[in-house]
Amino acid sequence: MKPSNTRKGFFAEGVLTAPSFLWLALFFAVPTLIVVSFTFHGHTPNGGVAESWSLVTWRALADPDYPSIIWRTLRISVEVTLWCILLSLPCAYAIARMDKRRRPLIAAAIMLPFWTSFVVRVFAWRTMLHPDGWLQSCYLSYLRCCEWLFNCLPAFLQHALTGLGLASPEPLDPALATALDSEVAVVLVSVYSFLPFALMPIYSAAEKFDFSLMEAARDLGANSFYAFRKIFVPCIRQGIVSAVLMVFIPAIGSYVIPQMLGGTNCVLIGNKIFMRAIQNRNIPHASALATLMAVSVLVPMALTVWWRARQKARDKKKADIGMAAQIPGATV
Amino acid sequence: MSDFLVIDKVSKQFGALTAVDSVSLGIKKGEFFSLLGPSGCGKTTLLRMLGGFETPDSGRIYLDGKDITDLPPNQRRVHTIFQNYALFPTMTVRENIAFPLRIAKLPKAKIDESVDAMLEMIQMKAHAYKYPSQISGGQKQRVAIVRALVDNPQVLLLDEPLAALDLKLRQHMLMELDIIHDQVGITFIYVTHDQGEAMSLSDRIAVMNRGRVEQLDQPAKIYEAPISSFVAAFIGDTNFFAGEIVSAEGDYCTIRCEGFGDIQAFNDRKLAVGQSVHLSVRPEKIHVTTSAPPPEKGAGVNVYSSTVTDIIYQGVYTKFWIKSGERSVSALKPHSRFLLDQEPITWNDKVFMWWHPDDGYMIENFSESDAGLVQTPPDAPKEVSGK
Repeated sequence: MKPSNTRKGFFAEGVLTAPSFLWLALFFAVPTLIVVSFTFHGHTPNGGVAESWSLVTWRALADPDYPSIIWRTLRISVEVTLWCILLSLPCAYAIARMDKRRRPLIAAAIMLPFWTSFVVRVFAWRTMLHPDGWLQSCYLSYLRCCEWLFNCLPAFLQHALTGLGLASPEPLDPALATALDSEVAVVLVSVYSFLPFALMPIYSAAEKFDFSLMEAARDLGANSFYAFRKIFVPCIRQGIVSAVLMVFIPAIGSYVIPQMLGGTNCVLIGNKIFMRAIQNRNIPHASALATLMAVSVLVPMALTVWWRARQKARDKKKADIGMAAQIPGATV
Repeated sequence: MSDFLVIDKVSKQFGALTAVDSVSLGIKKGEFFSLLGPSGCGKTTLLRMLGGFETPDSGRIYLDGKDITDLPPNQRRVHTIFQNYALFPTMTVRENIAFPLRIAKLPKAKIDESVDAMLEMIQMKAHAYKYPSQISGGQKQRVAIVRALVDNPQVLLLDEPLAALDLKLRQHMLMELDIIHDQVGITFIYVTHDQGEAMSLSDRIAVMNRGRVEQLDQPAKIYEAPISSFVAAFIGDTNFFAGEIVSAEGDYCTIRCEGFGDIQAFNDRKLAVGQSVHLSVRPEKIHVTTSAPPPEKGAGVNVYSSTVTDIIYQGVYTKFWIKSGERSVSALKPHSRFLLDQEPITWNDKVFMWWHPDDGYMIENFSESDAGLVQTPPDAPKEVSGK
């Protein structure tokens, strides 16, 4: 019998979890509820919350800009999360396979950027991506090379490439080729910023992974990539789940990166909330936006959890039937 | 019949250490072949080269006439049973067994059929949907074996597969392995440091030491006619007698052993008088009695009067350390009807030890360092040293 099933165990558990429960209740649940309650009030001209209850704030959310901003925020957060996971998996695999003595060094190198200010690092990207920055000049030289090569080609090939949409005959315009103040810049720098948050949980799961399983898979006929996908990735799925949460949640609320690198082309919900709360001094409106964002994340998440629980119950049922009846030819 | 798996002068170096030193072996189709040796003798490295996990520095490996030396593991029809079973924890027993067939992209019905047949063979149908963490060590072992057999490999490599099991289960799995081998008829190569396992299962054994094969033969030959002092001392226990041949007539010769006496032995290599030789006599071949042996049982040859210095009761038999001249000799005595029909022997008793000349074997290659592998008597009790 599990200790929590006994009266004494339940009491002991209660005593032990009480402090953290209280902490979360006071500083997480209560503020969240306050934010939600703000949305049912109007705002006062001096930046306060109106006393009377009303739905005026929710009605004001019917701004035609919002759906596209929420959609962009979700899309960019998913993109950033996917990139972070995809980059972290092979990286964590490589570190976990390294000599045990060298691993702490690599882990320290991953954490090193955290010792400098986040804002300064994002600003550094601004200079790199600036039309006069070195990254941009590399990109421009690359484009110029392409242009020069294109001009070297015989005319019929130029026409063919243009016709296929693979090249444009217009001369290069450096102002148009800039990556700054675009969605690309926001995704790029978000991946850069959140990568350690994905790498750390995946690496700590990979470190516990039994690499002889990879040998076994290879031995049984799997190529390296198949073994990586079918053995390594499923075995470290707990790490991947935490990595997804660690990246997706801050990415949804991301504010500094789109503010500094997105310009007007990549406004995310975080920027809108800032605008409403600080510039328009409309706290209820900002609260409503935050609530809306939270709901749009929580609903799909809840659905996923429910679906997985159902899947699990189904698997268990199948196993029970398999054990009881031993149906020949039962599905694998 | 020509050899199915040929290992041709294969060497592997790890830094300054030569793990495998120019090993050549020929293994027949369907054979149960063992690589036996102490840890660090190179047997696992050799197995990993057969599996494709290591590449030999020199030499070639041929399987069924094809050079497989440089093939990656997934392109050889050779499967390995790992010491820790290496079952995939995220897959059920069924999915584990189906793994190689899924990679081969067989139709689903065919996969189900093969997996069912395998589950039937190891009687684990009831556990098909369990995860590896939910089954016992012996069951894991069985699943690992059929997972490696399900797609009909040419060779099955077993890397100390029973090392993690307890004694009873080990004995049981030993029998089961033998039965499975008979059923599937696939070539098994079995790596172990346990001579009992190797002896009871193998058609032939290669005894390895320091990266080389010391002796390759049937189990009985390995035990009864060890070619080197290493083989004699590593497989079972033995007593070494160093001496010089003082006379040789017909099949037998007499060896003069300093500090012990003259020993008659079977002279199978027809060694001449004056040669110095080393004789190995297994403890269980030495009889210990309080009265002199009847003449018809040894004709007065190789009988030595001696003193018992230590007795170690070990259940199946009792081990005696007896001293004759300056030599301490170990002897094993099985007992039937516990002591009722035997003369009780105790510490400091004057006894006779004797053995048949055929029970000693003259070792070809002797090395002093191997003599250290032989058990030595425990410190003599005080009463004895006081006399």
